[in-house]
Amino acid sequence: MAGTVIPFGPQHPVLPEPLHLNLKIEDEIVISATPAFGYVHRGLEKLADIRDFRQMIQVVERVCGICSMIHALTYCQGLESLMGVEPPPRARFLRVIWSELHRLHSHLLWLGLFADAMGFESLFMQLWKVRERIMDMNEATAGNRVILSVNVIGGVRRDLDPGQTGWILSELAEVEKGIKAMGRTILHDYTVQKRTRGKGVLSREQALELGCVGPMLRSCGVAQDMRLLGYAAYGELDFAPVVERDGDCYARCRVRFAELGQSIDLIRQSIGKLPAGDISVPVKGRPEGEIVARAEQPRGECLYYIKANGGKFLDRLRIRTPTFANIPALTVMLPGIELADVPVVLLSIDPCVSCTER
Amino acid sequence: MVFMIPVVLKNLFSRCATRPYPQSPRKLFAGSRGQLVNDAGKCILCGTCARTCPSQCLTVSRKEGLWQYEPFACVFCGVCVEACPTGSLSQLSQWRPAVRERESVVLKVEVKSGEEGKRHRA
Repeated sequence: MAGTVIPFGPQHPVLPEPLHLNLKIEDEIVISATPAFGYVHRGLEKLADIRDFRQMIQVVERVCGICSMIHALTYCQGLESLMGVEPPPRARFLRVIWSELHRLHSHLLWLGLFADAMGFESLFMQLWKVRERIMDMNEATAGNRVILSVNVIGGVRRDLDPGQTGWILSELAEVEKGIKAMGRTILHDYTVQKRTRGKGVLSREQALELGCVGPMLRSCGVAQDMRLLGYAAYGELDFAPVVERDGDCYARCRVRFAELGQSIDLIRQSIGKLPAGDISVPVKGRPEGEIVARAEQPRGECLYYIKANGGKFLDRLRIRTPTFANIPALTVMLPGIELADVPVVLLSIDPCVSCTER
Repeated sequence: MVFMIPVVLKNLFSRCATRPYPQSPRKLFAGSRGQLVNDAGKCILCGTCARTCPSQCLTVSRKEGLWQYEPFACVFCGVCVEACPTGSLSQLSQWRPAVRERESVVLKVEVKSGEEGKRHRA
C-alpha cells in the first residue's frame, strides 16, 4: 500500500488553535496534505441579524484575538463610506498608531511561536518579553491589552495626551533595542537557517494563483500591501512594502521581522504628524447600500462585505480573513517536505484559525 | 545558538523579568477598562445602557426599579459608560476579581420623580 495517512491536529503542541491536517506520508516525506476546519466556528457573521450595526463593532473585534483593532477598523471604514462620514484627521492618525501597535505585537507573537516550533525556546521567551511592553502600551492608551475597542463609526473613542505619546516613543525605543538584540539570532543563526531555508517554497506564480495575501505574498516577490490604498492616514505616511524573493519559510520570517521596524517607524511618523482637533464626528442615520472594505492586517488583506438596507440591522456581513486566503498554499508547500518540518511550514503562514472560521 | 549566548548570559546575571504575581501585583493603568459600577443615586433607569450593550448583559426594569448586570457576560467595552446620560455608570481600572460562584449584580434604584427619566427615554 502506498502511503500512510497521519492526522496532524486538531490538538497538536505546535498549534495554538485547532486546525486539522490529513497528511499522506511515504517514508517520512509528505505526499499530500488536506486541511480540515470547523472546530472553532462561532457564527459571528450571523450575529448581524440580532445586533444592531453599532453593536457589531464589538462583535467583529472578537473575530480575532490578535488583530482585533484592524477588524473593527475595516468594519467602521466600510460603514463610514456607506454613510458618507469622514473621520477627523486626528482620528485617522490615531487609528494608524493603534493598527501598527497591533501589527507589532502580532508579529512578535508569531516570531515567538515560530521559534518555539523550531524548538528554540529561549528566543521565544525573549521575543515575548519584548512584546509585553507593547501590550502595556495598548492597555495604558486604549484600556485593554488585546481587544482595544477604540473604533467607532466616525472616529475613535480615546485620545492620546502629550504625556502618553512621549511615553509611547520612549517605550518604542526600548522595544527597538530588544528587537535589534534578537535580530542577529533570527536572521543569521545556524539553527534558524537550518530549519527554515528552502523549506515550504512557494513561487510567485503559485502564490498569485492560490490567492495568498500579506507577508505570504510579499515573501514571494509581490509588493502587495493594502496600506498602499491610503486608508486611515497611511496615504500621508512614508513607507514601502517589505518584499523578499525566495518564497521559503526564511523569507517569510525576514518579511515579518523587517515589518517590525517598519511599524515602529510608522508609529513615530504618525506621532510626529499627529494633528490637533476632534477625535470623532457625530454620526446620524443608518447605513444603506453595499460595500467592500479592505485593510491590511498583520497576516494580510482582510475583506469585509457589508450590505445594509437602511434599517437597524445589517442585511449581510461577510468577512474574508487573511488566513482563509493563505491556507490553500499549504496544499502546495507541504508535499515534498519531511514530517518533522511540517510544524515549521504550517506556522510560517501565521495561521489564525479563529479568524478563518469566524 | 552563538548569537544567543550574550543574551542568555545577561539574563543569568540580571533581575528576574517576571513578577511574583500574588505577592506583588502589577500597577494598574489609569485608563484600563475594569469593573463596571453603577451609582444608584444618579441612575434614572432610562435603559440606554441596556439598549447599547453589545453583549446584552444589562437589564433595566423600570417597573420594579431594578438595574441588573451580569459580570460574566460583560465584555468590558465601556460602551454603556459612554452612553449613560447621567454619568451614573463608571469603570474602575481594577479588573473583575475571580469568584467562587457566578452571581449577577442587582441594584435597587429609586427614581425620585418620573420627569427626569422620561426626558432621557427618547
